[in-house]
Amino acid sequence: MKLPFSGWSLIRLYTILVYLFMFLPIVVVIVLSFNPQQFASFPMQGFSLKWYVQLAQNEAILRAFKNSLVLGTLTALIASAIAVPAAMAFVRYSFRGKNTLNTLLLAPIMIPEVVLGVALLLFIRWLQQPKSFALLLAGHVILTLPYVLLIVQARMVSIKRVYEEAALSLGASPLQTFKEVTLPLLMPAVLAGMLFSFTISFDDITATLFWATAEHQTVPVRIFGMLRHSISPEINALGTVMIVFTIMTPLLAGYCIRRFSKN
Amino acid sequence: MKESRWRPWLLLSPSLTAIFFLLVVPVLFVVVYSFWLRAPTGAAIPAFQFGNYARFFEDLFYPTILFRTLRVSVICVLLCLVMGYIPAYFFYRSKSRYRQALILLIMVPFWISFIIRTMSWINILGANGFLNYTLMRFGIITEPLSLLYNEAAVLMGLIQYLLPFMILNIYVSLEAIDKNLLEAARSMGCNEWQAFREVTLPLSLPGVSAGCLLVFVLTAGTYLPPMILGGPGNEMIANLIFNRVIGTLDWPFGSAISVILLLLLGCIVWTYNRYLGINTLFKAFKS
Repeated sequence: MKLPFSGWSLIRLYTILVYLFMFLPIVVVIVLSFNPQQFASFPMQGFSLKWYVQLAQNEAILRAFKNSLVLGTLTALIASAIAVPAAMAFVRYSFRGKNTLNTLLLAPIMIPEVVLGVALLLFIRWLQQPKSFALLLAGHVILTLPYVLLIVQARMVSIKRVYEEAALSLGASPLQTFKEVTLPLLMPAVLAGMLFSFTISFDDITATLFWATAEHQTVPVRIFGMLRHSISPEINALGTVMIVFTIMTPLLAGYCIRRFSKN
Repeated sequence: MKESRWRPWLLLSPSLTAIFFLLVVPVLFVVVYSFWLRAPTGAAIPAFQFGNYARFFEDLFYPTILFRTLRVSVICVLLCLVMGYIPAYFFYRSKSRYRQALILLIMVPFWISFIIRTMSWINILGANGFLNYTLMRFGIITEPLSLLYNEAAVLMGLIQYLLPFMILNIYVSLEAIDKNLLEAARSMGCNEWQAFREVTLPLSLPGVSAGCLLVFVLTAGTYLPPMILGGPGNEMIANLIFNRVIGTLDWPFGSAISVILLLLLGCIVWTYNRYLGINTLFKAFKS
């Protein structure tokens, strides 16, 4: 079952090159963020943390970070709160139009974000409402709902029905059964879905550019604004913070889930 | 169990309400607005006519952008396929201890902010960027090349963004292949390449097509890479929509362009669904 040596090593070399393509730009962002010069360019003239200091004093960025955190957390909570019952309905019951409705709920993945951005903005304009945090939140919930639904549904399929039936036959109400049996078994998927939803919300730019107001800017919208001038080491420093943050979040969450489930 | 007849609807009601008011109705509004007129004051006048669509196809300017969007999407799909199949195959066949870690690593860019990944290419391709610096350092070129603000730069950003989707889709369908089939092919006298061509490749096609569809749809709706890495003259249809709606506040025309984009993608998704089933698309997410 082994390929001729040359063929396999070519495949390996090719894979390494693909990894290089994927990671070189990211590594360069991190490296250039320590460049003391005014411009993000090579060759580097030393090593300095001054852009990080400047970043920490940038009020607009700090506010955007706070906005993004609040928005991402609320999005994750709401999206999972409505996705869990929906997943339950799709997996545990059969009813007419099930497949169509399932596809409908997954539609936001297939609809371009610009169209969704225009559509929701048009709708609230028609309702004569101003742009607000609520619009941003509603939009992000719709953007992330399909992913949470997919993750929770996949897990729900693998939870055997007998556990629920046992609880029901012992006299538990459907709500009790859900709270005592289904939800605890489902929890890893719910947490994974929330994490996914948080990340998508934290990261979204295209639709958010339509919905964000001046006082409710998110981090990507802020970066977008900064990029209009030119790329500076400060943006690279911010990029590095974001990279560390987005890589640490799933790792930390994974660690917490493991510790949580041991207890 | 009489009550179980309405229970699924009760469970579904929050999500269906959300999707109805935040997706279905707003998209219908886009369709309606696309037939309306824009008054000189900027307000939209409810008057049913096809003027916005006629305007799109009258001047070559707009169809050119539509055509560019299609071209970039097709090229992006092909490049992602070429760059994605081999790493996916490597994951599938590798016996390395680090296999799991490598798969996880390819998912890492997916977690990193899209705008950071897009702008990171400026550091690579810019006049004083990594590539020009390296080439000049080794004396290959004497003047920096202008690598940024063209279609190739847009493609770089797009591929880096979309490649994990392709790799993951192909890998999931490769993993699902029964390894006994390969043994059988080998015992029938196939060599490695024949076994790949006759067994592995055809069986991985569902993942390939799911990956291609996803990459195509995401590219066709892309806004950021053309905006940041493409110069003027490299806009795609999403940039056009954004400029009409946010820039010139021409809602009816922006809506008409949105409908054209939706129809285009709708046709492609519909064709895919007809022959392969839309559910195959979401396999990779479930793993």
